[in-house]
Amino acid sequence: MTEEFEPKIVAFLCKWCSSAGSDLAGVSRMEYPSNVIPIQVLCSGSVSPLYILSAFNKGADGVLVSGCHPGDCHYIKGNYYSRRRIALLKELLNFIGLEPERFKMSWVSAAEGTKYTEVIKEFVDELKPLGAQTKLRRNG
Amino acid sequence: MKKKRIGVFICHCGTNIAGTVDVKKVAEALSKHDGVVHSEDYVYMCSDPGQKRIVEAIKENDLDKVVVSCCSPNLHESTFRNAVKEADKNAFQCEIANIREQCSWVHPNMEEGTDKAIKITKTVVEKVKHNEELEPISVPVTRRALVIGGGISGIQAALDIANSGHEVILVEKSPSIGGHMIQLSETFPTLDCSQCILTPKMVEVSKHEKIKLLTYSEVQEVSGYVGNFKAKILKKPTYVDPDLCTLCDECTKVCPVVVESEFELGLTGRRAIYIPFPQAIPATYILDDTGCPGLLPIACGKCADVCDPGAIDFDQKPEIVEEEIGVIVVATGYDLYDKTNMGEYGYGKIPDVMDGLQFERLCSASGPTNGKIIRPSDLKEPKELVFIQCAGSRDPELHCAYCSKICCMYTSKHAMLYKHHVHDGQAYVFYIDIRSGGKGYEEFVQRTVENDGVLYLRGKVSKVFQDGDKVKVWGVDTLAGKDIEIDADLVVLAMAMRPSEGTEKLAKILKMSLDKDGFFSEAHPKLKPVESVSAGMFIAGAAQAPKDIPEAVAQASGAAAKAIGILSQERLYHSPMVAKVNKHLCTGCRMCVDVCAYDAISIKDGIAEVNEVLCEGCGTCSATCLRAAISVKNSTPYQVHEMINASLGG
Ligand code: FES
Repeated sequence: MTEEFEPKIVAFLCKWCSSAGSDLAGVSRMEYPSNVIPIQVLCSGSVSPLYILSAFNKGADGVLVSGCHPGDCHYIKGNYYSRRRIALLKELLNFIGLEPERFKMSWVSAAEGTKYTEVIKEFVDELKPLGAQTKLRRNG
Repeated sequence: MKKKRIGVFICHCGTNIAGTVDVKKVAEALSKHDGVVHSEDYVYMCSDPGQKRIVEAIKENDLDKVVVSCCSPNLHESTFRNAVKEADKNAFQCEIANIREQCSWVHPNMEEGTDKAIKITKTVVEKVKHNEELEPISVPVTRRALVIGGGISGIQAALDIANSGHEVILVEKSPSIGGHMIQLSETFPTLDCSQCILTPKMVEVSKHEKIKLLTYSEVQEVSGYVGNFKAKILKKPTYVDPDLCTLCDECTKVCPVVVESEFELGLTGRRAIYIPFPQAIPATYILDDTGCPGLLPIACGKCADVCDPGAIDFDQKPEIVEEEIGVIVVATGYDLYDKTNMGEYGYGKIPDVMDGLQFERLCSASGPTNGKIIRPSDLKEPKELVFIQCAGSRDPELHCAYCSKICCMYTSKHAMLYKHHVHDGQAYVFYIDIRSGGKGYEEFVQRTVENDGVLYLRGKVSKVFQDGDKVKVWGVDTLAGKDIEIDADLVVLAMAMRPSEGTEKLAKILKMSLDKDGFFSEAHPKLKPVESVSAGMFIAGAAQAPKDIPEAVAQASGAAAKAIGILSQERLYHSPMVAKVNKHLCTGCRMCVDVCAYDAISIKDGIAEVNEVLCEGCGTCSATCLRAAISVKNSTPYQVHEMINASLGG
């Protein structure tokens, strides 16, 4: 093995904060690893636990959900529901033996381009030593 | 069912995308993707010829759906949706794949960028594949505006909107409108008197038949959406009936309570019953219940005894006023950064160190000294006066990182005014740079230096401390390379501008976002400077960033024009991407009803029903439903699963 492992990451970004924050990172030409494919959702509150399981099932090595800071959700409280749901999901993932590092939630506002790049860099660094995710991956 | 035919258009954006993404390769890869029957790249998709290509390609290839891979959907989604409409297709059959902000601009490696751009585009193709045709939902507009903040920006916005024939509710938290501008002595660069130019506008507000003024009031709750907001406003009791008060001033003569005057910034006191300043609007006294002993019946009540017209009413209670409005303009202004944060300038301990606004009051003919420049400690005329610029500004380590923009100019004005008052005095200004961009500004600073002999010293002040009856200032002059020591009589700090107190709370109430410094965020730093990201909410003046009076007025008029743009319409159109219930799956368990922040879902005949006008389409209901019985149109779980699949190269 000479080539470094490159994790595949799916990121659910809410339109109002995190996606706008990642746009700002772009406008500011901040560099970060290209491992993440963003999927824009209206609100982190719309991210069903099934989406996360589905991503792992389809071969994601890591999944990120990013929304507005608590209290700042464009839809008032979507991120609070998201936070609760995700706390439960984390336990479930833990229970079935998936490394906890593979799943992350972050709060990135529209003004935090720098933070977005940091979240991504950190996530990629944490995932690299874990190698490919096979626990929940479907066969074939 | 006929298989949907999808067209994909990859924009080069000059070299913005093509520089780090192999656009030909992306177009080629997409042409092989399931459902895609047409795939091309073009140098500027958003240009006129670019849009025409889309229209033509739709017709030539009988396309049902379109994906444009280009910049962020925030920029050109509507451009391309309009182009698709031109080709007689439903606007929602077009989606944008962001391969610029989220790809080409952040990944300099061509191979990686190209690979990611392909995945992003495929992801969006999978979304559009299952998009429904939708038409915007139309809603009526409440043709009234709420303006929050009664400083110069709020006054200007309120007048502009009212003069266009629409009703305005102007809410101000302090007892009078006028804001900080009414505290200023003269204004740069013309030295006209601030009160003289502002009071006519204040009077116009109070007399305007279309303006309802609510002072001493605060917005507590806002619900609804563009065109149809509801606001709850708390009107605090003033204990004085403005219609009866004749401004005779008998009450203050008998009031035993003295507290610091907010308007005079602590340079003098006021009574518990007071008028903030003589030209206050509304023109009435008010009773500050924090200091007044008379609210407990019989404890004092002296003011009521001497009030001939009987204007004082100790039984007034706070009142909640409910208003329906269509748009909101936020003009909450600034406050100065607190001097107690500046240990190096010894504030709090040294009486003869003051901030710029206090110095304005000192210069003002209507101020506590009637315009005589004397220092607080011994009321003597200061002969050596030191001004320190950038106090708290441009200091990312300790204070505010940004430039407060107006301090260079007002310090220059202060130094000039000082010299006009004290001819034999010497003024020194410590500065980092002089920023005097603006009409007539540079000439003004030159005048201060050349005609008034003010000494400008380039450098920072390291310490300010009391030394006998002098205030010792230690600094450096970086141009001369010398240490400087001045025995000053008075020191004036040009403190940084901060968002006004309460900004954070208001932002939460309005669901508006703040920038990293706590000012209200505009929707786009260049192209949408008065809009916020929330539809129907606009920003004016220093609430958005430090700015001077002409800029604040211009932005306020801009915000007003945008507000009028909405108010002059009969109906507005609301996004049709709202929740939809699958009646066969719904069991009426109410989980969606409970999580909906907009009260948009109710149970009818045992099944959930969505009020499409109230629904904002956030999708929280859909993530909550255990039976997948509710989902947001064009953002269904099925679509998301397909997108996930595509994003992972499946
Ligand atoms: S909109 Fe960002 S988390 Fe709800």
